[in-house]
Amino acid sequence: MTNKMIDDAIPAEASAEASTCGGLDALIAQVHEAAANKTQLSIRGGDTKAWYGPRIEGARPDRRVDVRAHAGIVDYEPTELVIVARAGTPLQEIEAMLAEHHQMLPFEPPHFASPHFAPSPALPSSSTVARDGTMDRGTISRTRAASGRATLGGCVAAGLSGPRRMSAGAVRDFVLGARVIDGRGQHLSFGGRVMKNVAGYDVSRVLAGSHGTLGVITEVSLKVLPKPVQTATLSFAFGEQAALDKLNSWGGLPVAITASAWRPESPGASTSPRGRLMVRLEGSESAVLSGIRRIGGLDVDQHEAIAYWIGVREQTDAYFASRPQEVPLWRIALPSTAPPLDAAMLGFDDQLIEWGGALRWIATQVDGRVIREAATKLGGHATLWRASDLLKSKYGVFTPLSAALMAIHRRLKTEFDPDRLFNRGRLYPEL
Amino acid sequence: MNAPVEMEIAQRVPDHARQAAVARALLEVLPAQSVLWEPTDTRPYECDGLTMMRQLPMVVVLPDTEEQIAAILRICSRMGVPVVARGAGTSLSGGAMPHGEGVLLGCAKLNRIVAMDLASRTAIVQPGVRNLAISEAAAVHGLYYAPDPSSQIACTIGGNVAENSGGVHCLKYGLTVHNVLKVRGLTMEGEAVEFGSAAPDSSGLDLLALVIGSEGMLAVVTEVTVKLIPMPQLARVIMASFDNVETAGDAVAAIISAGIIPAGLEMMDQPATRMVEPFAKAGYDLDAAAILLCESDGTPEEVAEEIAHMESVLDAAGAKRLVVSRNEDERLTLWAGRKNAFPAAGRVSPDYYCMDGTIPKKRIGEMLRAIQAMEVKYGLSCPNVFHAGDGNLHPLILFDANDADQLRRAEDFGAEILERCVEFGGTITGEHGVGIEKINQMCVQFQAPELAVFRGVKRAFDPAGLLNPEKGIPSLHRCAEFGRMRVHGGALPHPELPRF
Repeated sequence: MTNKMIDDAIPAEASAEASTCGGLDALIAQVHEAAANKTQLSIRGGDTKAWYGPRIEGARPDRRVDVRAHAGIVDYEPTELVIVARAGTPLQEIEAMLAEHHQMLPFEPPHFASPHFAPSPALPSSSTVARDGTMDRGTISRTRAASGRATLGGCVAAGLSGPRRMSAGAVRDFVLGARVIDGRGQHLSFGGRVMKNVAGYDVSRVLAGSHGTLGVITEVSLKVLPKPVQTATLSFAFGEQAALDKLNSWGGLPVAITASAWRPESPGASTSPRGRLMVRLEGSESAVLSGIRRIGGLDVDQHEAIAYWIGVREQTDAYFASRPQEVPLWRIALPSTAPPLDAAMLGFDDQLIEWGGALRWIATQVDGRVIREAATKLGGHATLWRASDLLKSKYGVFTPLSAALMAIHRRLKTEFDPDRLFNRGRLYPEL
Repeated sequence: MNAPVEMEIAQRVPDHARQAAVARALLEVLPAQSVLWEPTDTRPYECDGLTMMRQLPMVVVLPDTEEQIAAILRICSRMGVPVVARGAGTSLSGGAMPHGEGVLLGCAKLNRIVAMDLASRTAIVQPGVRNLAISEAAAVHGLYYAPDPSSQIACTIGGNVAENSGGVHCLKYGLTVHNVLKVRGLTMEGEAVEFGSAAPDSSGLDLLALVIGSEGMLAVVTEVTVKLIPMPQLARVIMASFDNVETAGDAVAAIISAGIIPAGLEMMDQPATRMVEPFAKAGYDLDAAAILLCESDGTPEEVAEEIAHMESVLDAAGAKRLVVSRNEDERLTLWAGRKNAFPAAGRVSPDYYCMDGTIPKKRIGEMLRAIQAMEVKYGLSCPNVFHAGDGNLHPLILFDANDADQLRRAEDFGAEILERCVEFGGTITGEHGVGIEKINQMCVQFQAPELAVFRGVKRAFDPAGLLNPEKGIPSLHRCAEFGRMRVHGGALPHPELPRF
């Protein structure tokens, strides 16, 4: 398919939403003006992840860089396994285009655009999540009603990956190139559209998870992969330790596990609760079959399984949706082999464990420093996922960096954005 | 052997007093046998795999521990001495070529596998551990380290991190950047830093992505945590023969659009198969204009299913002949030719110049035609071996370096290939690195503002600019000089005239 055909095929819906800005030239002009006046800017796409991270310093509605008008798939050639799209392109549009060619974004990014997603004020239960089997159609109709639609730029800037992170890798693993407006208003281009490229430093990968602190991402090229032919979800009755042991030992076998989630069955019941482990296998027909034979478990109904993994990815699952908003939610990343977290010491009675044991969600009122220390001791880090601004500024959202790393971060920020125009404080107060 | 690029970096001879002062300072923190400065002792370090670029280092240090490396860096930082780190010295781009007024930091003695954890499928290794040694040590657990550059028997993990090394299996299993979880390193000031984490998605900016592939310019690697994956139970390879290179190129696209990600997808043109066959006896179809090697790995059931699928796709794509390996011996024999392409080139020609550009896969046929035209233009032959699955080309320009005219033509031939890669939307280097060899072509691929950002990244990690200076990222001055030699837009004046 030619670029022209793709451009024609894509409705210019996104531009209708944008109010203050036009396309690329307008974005560059806006940055130039801000650079001249040294005014701070906050960058927005679909506004679906604005709640994430600390509040941006000096953010004002008239100083927002709205990237949504700069939208559209620029190039997609299924045989190249590469898609190039402007930052304002809705993720849905990209996923739909890929799905037409039986391909996907392997890192399964969360959109967080559903009205049932927890940080929005009204929180119906997760039972209303789409169960029609087609992952995208279900969310499309709902998200259009929501405040915004997740964009590619926001997806890359937030650097968040979904359940398949444990097997396929993270957003950064699939970023091949990017264009970005720096703090001097220069429109720069890094990386490219090929899978192997070691010319120059890998700047485009660093933009994944940079939270807009280095510049305005305007275009991204991503590696994509064929959709697995077959999928099955298996369910097991395991306690926490048994689930962790099983996941780690299965990881050493040639079994195509692409997602996992464990949760205690009756939260808070005892110190070593019984629980339910859900495991998703994906691959060729024979790979999935041999995987099922190898690890056993109860086969979960296909529709139920699809809805379940969407719920985990979009955090509309009961674990997230039923949580009282005022209890801070922590996202703890650990080596997958780390032992169960101490529920008594860390003050939680329910938990969701993803990524083969490497991602653990807990909601707790316990002092953030205690949580951080526990995570660090186990070789990981803790992110204050959902909390009041007060707590976010008290503990910091992200695990603090060593002095040596922070020095490099500060100097990098200065090189990209000397006047600290972009998303000041969004990652760390110093940046 | 590789071709020389312009010998424009003058052979630097260090000031003797300076050399003595630096060596004395280093001897305070290192045992006597770990500090070398006599030319007879430093001679083995004067080049890496890019053998035509040579430079004696002022001093060579061979530390045993991270503490010693930190002490070396503190001294060099204080005295303003450039430092070039080196692993096994297999770089094909001169990334580890010494600095004449600098210290060459040999990391080969840090060759210990610190830990290997079966449950977490990770290994913690020192930088001097050889790539293949990791997989050999992991084999008892049924695990291996996926990236397999062809130099894997010799190259070290520290060098792999510096170059973001790939290999024939990276289409399915990724590059170094996808298989390294964490790098412990030292800044030029000798301060310890950790990039990445054994837990997913470490906090802050993803500096690990910058450090991997940075050609030793941002930090010195002292410890690497790698991901290990289960060894496939079975692998089989198909050799598919094609009548012309375009059909073979289209077959690569057909495989991908059928939803298959082969474990390896390599292409060799006829000059390449004819070059390697007498040497490797791989059983290649020498009548074919091009062959594809298409590998499947996994459980026996998966492989059976995938091989059948690949066969039908290749058949429909116009393959004239398919040969499928029936056992491990046959598979290894089919790969032997591909893996020995570089030595075979060395056998048929006094010298060869190995290119490393990457292009979108759809341009492969077109690129091969362009290279054929260049063979006529420059009067040199150029067999081609490709990592076809990811569009990474290794054209091997054959020439005789003793003939100054051939040497000049080989350089121009190579430069034209690289510039064509950029024009096709690709890159000048897919896996070998820029080093010193392709530093001028960086000025073709990148504009001044991007190059300025790269220099900014360098400053952020190494404000004094002492780590592997003059490599990887060209200076403004260099690009200006290079630009003067040529017309803007990549077109040479009077392209119809041979430039000898």
